[in-house]
Amino acid sequence: MAVMKKKGKKELPAISTSSLPDVIYMILFFFMVSTSMRDQELLVRYKLPEATEVQKLEKKSLVSYIHIGQPSLSMQAKFGTAPRIQLNDSYKTTQDILDFVAAERDQLNEADRAAMTICMKADVSTKMGIVTDVKQELRRANALKINYAASKSLGY
Amino acid sequence: MADKRKVPEVNSSSQADIAFSLLIFFLVATTMNTDTGLARMLPPMPPENQKQEDVKVKERNLFLVLISGNGAIMAGTPTDQQIIDLRQLTDKAKEFVLNPYDDANLPEKKDEEIVMPDGSKWVYPVSQGVISLQTTRDTGYQSYIQVQNELTRAFNEIRDEVSEQKFGSKFADLSEEQRSVITKAIPLKISEAEPRNIKK
Repeated sequence: MAVMKKKGKKELPAISTSSLPDVIYMILFFFMVSTSMRDQELLVRYKLPEATEVQKLEKKSLVSYIHIGQPSLSMQAKFGTAPRIQLNDSYKTTQDILDFVAAERDQLNEADRAAMTICMKADVSTKMGIVTDVKQELRRANALKINYAASKSLGY
Repeated sequence: MADKRKVPEVNSSSQADIAFSLLIFFLVATTMNTDTGLARMLPPMPPENQKQEDVKVKERNLFLVLISGNGAIMAGTPTDQQIIDLRQLTDKAKEFVLNPYDDANLPEKKDEEIVMPDGSKWVYPVSQGVISLQTTRDTGYQSYIQVQNELTRAFNEIRDEVSEQKFGSKFADLSEEQRSVITKAIPLKISEAEPRNIKK
């Protein structure tokens, strides 16, 4: 039998948007789980070097960061373009590292202090001179566990 | 009569907007990148009043890697230094650490007993070689990290090979105890000396 199609001016029903909030909530939860809070404002610009053999940093609460790089664009008028060291929220010199490490260590549990890691985030164009000064200072501060931050690349 | 009055439904059309604003807040306030990097242990600082003596390492047990200011790499045992390409470094370092043919110019090995997770003992000839990495103050961080990466790769490959032989799986797939056994057998011996004062 022939199927009869009704031809007429019938308006399409509006697409129901009642599930839109659910979709958005799903995306929201994904972002809440997979991201972490930004903890400090960066005053230096850096592009991390690339490496293939990188490991993930475990236990973020035990990690303190040292940023090394050019001052960010808004700060360059004031501070120039020579590489700077950022500890917490301000520019510091190598002499301040000792105090910085002591302060960071005080924040940790006694049991965790030995596992404290210093993560050095330095720009690719930094010279080793400043990096070595920081390393020497860290040795003096007895913060021996360090990590050279590098982003994962897939090889040559 | 008016008993069966319906309670009007709460209008939920703005729920999407609320969810959107929460979403945007999290997008702005959080970061996604997980930090990765190369882990290293620095040597402890010698006490200042103590006279600093160079630790005597036999020449055959030393593998010098020098990185110059423009990123050129010179590597080899103290008697056999060569300027090499970055890509050769991994193989050179592997050959140095493994010393497969017991060459007299490459590091000695010392049999060490390592306690296995199941309590048995395993005797492995642990290489006594030390890789010493030296840079100038002018060396770029990029080339430093690349060299560190190649050296790490050399150690990772050796560890993979040994754990394949011993436990039948890659180093990354081993359990915590097995991993510490392999780490004892192939310790990551990279010494980072202070930079030499080379005139510009």
